[in-house]
Amino acid sequence: MSDLLQIDFSSVQEPRIVGIDLGTTNSLVAFMDLTGPRIIPGPDGGNLVPSVVSRPASGELVVGNAARDLLTSVPERTAYSVKRLMGRGAADVQEELRLFPFRITSDSDSVIHLELGGKVFTPPELSAFMLRQLKQNAESYLGESVSRAVITVPAYFNDAQRQATRDAGRIAGLEVVRLVNEPTAAALAYGLDKRKQGVVAVYDLGGGTFDISILRLHDGIFEVLATNGDTHLGGDDIDNRLLRIALEDIQSEWGEDVSTSAEAVQLLRRAVIQAKESLSFAPATTLEFEYHGRHYRRELGRDLFDKLIADIVDRTLGPCRTCIRDAGVKVEEIDEVVLVGGSTRIPLVRNAVEALFRARPHTELNPDEVVALGAAIQAGILSGKVDNQLLLDVTPLSLGIETMGGGVTRLIQRNSTIPASATEVFTTAVEGQKNVLIHVLQGERELARDCRSLARFDLKDLEPTPAGMARIEVRFLIDANGILNVTARDMRTGREQGVEVKPSYGLTDEQVEAMIRESLEMAEADFKERQVREAQVEADRIRLAVEKAKQSEAYAALSGEEKQRIEAAAAALANTCHSGDHLAIRAAIEALDRATMSLAGKMMDTAVSAALRGTKI
Amino acid sequence: MNAAGCWKCGGEPHDSLFCKFCNTLLPPATDYYRFLGLERRLDVDVPALQDHYYRLSRLVHPDRFQNGTPNERRFSLDATAILNDAYRTLRDPVARAEYFLREEGLEPPGQNTRRVPPELLEEVFEVNTALEELRGGGESARPGLEAALARFRALRGELDADLGALFALYDRGRERDVLMKIRGALDRRSFVSNLVEEVEEGLTAR
Ligand SMILES: [Zn+2]
Repeated sequence: MSDLLQIDFSSVQEPRIVGIDLGTTNSLVAFMDLTGPRIIPGPDGGNLVPSVVSRPASGELVVGNAARDLLTSVPERTAYSVKRLMGRGAADVQEELRLFPFRITSDSDSVIHLELGGKVFTPPELSAFMLRQLKQNAESYLGESVSRAVITVPAYFNDAQRQATRDAGRIAGLEVVRLVNEPTAAALAYGLDKRKQGVVAVYDLGGGTFDISILRLHDGIFEVLATNGDTHLGGDDIDNRLLRIALEDIQSEWGEDVSTSAEAVQLLRRAVIQAKESLSFAPATTLEFEYHGRHYRRELGRDLFDKLIADIVDRTLGPCRTCIRDAGVKVEEIDEVVLVGGSTRIPLVRNAVEALFRARPHTELNPDEVVALGAAIQAGILSGKVDNQLLLDVTPLSLGIETMGGGVTRLIQRNSTIPASATEVFTTAVEGQKNVLIHVLQGERELARDCRSLARFDLKDLEPTPAGMARIEVRFLIDANGILNVTARDMRTGREQGVEVKPSYGLTDEQVEAMIRESLEMAEADFKERQVREAQVEADRIRLAVEKAKQSEAYAALSGEEKQRIEAAAAALANTCHSGDHLAIRAAIEALDRATMSLAGKMMDTAVSAALRGTKI
Repeated sequence: MNAAGCWKCGGEPHDSLFCKFCNTLLPPATDYYRFLGLERRLDVDVPALQDHYYRLSRLVHPDRFQNGTPNERRFSLDATAILNDAYRTLRDPVARAEYFLREEGLEPPGQNTRRVPPELLEEVFEVNTALEELRGGGESARPGLEAALARFRALRGELDADLGALFALYDRGRERDVLMKIRGALDRRSFVSNLVEEVEEGLTAR
């Protein structure tokens, strides 16, 4: 084990913190064990839980592999790539929605509402279903309750996208101890046994997001120098490109537009993903698609594939160049490049990275797992189990306020190490003015309308003063999660000044609270249902056993009264079995158990004597 | 800074990040020099500052106080924000000088009110014309602009050296007119620096 990783076993009484990678395509949960970070497998033994949520007609909620299987049979009831919708408004996602089967309801201006089988969900609620599954996986694997987590987010996520992720955690019943940037987490996982000093670039091309981060390593400190990216660029775009081309090709071959069938689109999507994945290893592959008895077949070579996706890969290079410049380093000074995210398996991507950074990138760790492993290490740092390492991350976007005339005054520059803060003094424009409205923006553009609106902060109930006399000091603090906190103080009285927050995109605190309540109720209902189902299974098992026992010698030897007691108890169980009351079912099971006690004893004796006689009963 | 003494043990006030009696994290000083425990000088040893920054980060970062009391967690967040802001400001000579001037009651030169230094007037005019030409596709303007960029970069280097000399001069005598000279030098440097960026952008844009 590395000397950088020093584990202190004395502080184990604190509740455990798990690390979660809430991905566009797949999600994972990991924890720190005695030897280092480890992925927690799901009940099916796999490490990856597909980020798919489905609500089949039966009404219950299905996530992961089971939900992915429903993508082709009930596509309109199944949601995937939800991460792309986190913290966004309907206008932001029109383009991509054309290829997704999601239905968005009309009230989706500042928060998207997705309809899934007649019920409406926001992206944080759908993500919460994923998180709840991961929480359950961790609980059954570790044999203890899990309530605290580090969750990773793309480094280039803005405030609203981060808040939405934190809301998802809260709705799932998790205390989100920290949001960690994905490339930084990956560096942490890679950095364990690596150099003590140096500059490292992390290129992270996932299912739906792209990040580039450049870090300086210094004796266990991981200092991010700069980050850049695109929260709308990833493997999904490659899939959509191939899908669109295949759909056109099929139309010209069959004379039929299958894109109107959600089922056909999902089947074809699965086929193009398969073709894409095999092209990472083979120079050519066959794209095959079968629908309603018709067959479509196309040979696809890597050369053509590379040509089809070249502009998508190219789109990652601009952010890389900006990031290198912002980090204040020369390409030659970058010692290592690390690849993260499933899409970095594509040879064209690897070649592009190698050409830009002039270094052969690292691929030792599984690019699908490295982020979750890093999240687990950060969880270890936060719980005091790992004490030699420290992440110093940055805010990806500049923070500013709108000035008169629609300009922007920048308060915190992008790539500032977080926590970062700025203070600004505000005053009133007219006598007796009661409140001051501050419009906070994120982005690099000069005009407010070109930046991303973050929220409006309302300084309310100001003391009446002549114009320009009020002096309210407002502190903007970006915390270690990359989330903005605003506090205000009246400089004349020294008193705390109330601030009302109106987020531009995302849920209000009240909405999140309501969702937490609803999800608790739902979890309770789910739990009850599970208990009933388990009791029913147990009841069926014992009733079957009793039916079988009735054929035995031992049963025939019972007194009439005993037989009657057993019959009565079995009938009572059959009656309560469909009552939906698990306690009543359990009580009836127990009654039948008691009634058959002596029968069971006699059968045992018979079995033993039969065994002694060497015959089978 | 902590007029009432330590919030935890009531120990007498002193200037430090941690209480010297009970080793508890205290509300941080907001002045960058005081926070870092540095002498108020314009000339700063940046590598030493970096080491100091890493050392303090390990001590006060919120990661270290995840299981602390609400007070400790708040002070840790505040202290780390100030530490980061202070390091970002003091490691860069220009940001450091601007901060210093502001603390001395001298507003640093404004962002958009820069006057063209008279000796550069003619050249700036020529460069702007050449940039226009390049934007319109006139590639013949490129060599001239590249030469101008080299000159502006050299000039910026000279101004940085001037600024360094003025820092040392101020640290020796603490005379206010040196601060005024620094203010003027910052103004010129900022103008030249913007010019460099403008030409760089013009040359790389296609
Ligand atoms: Zn004390």
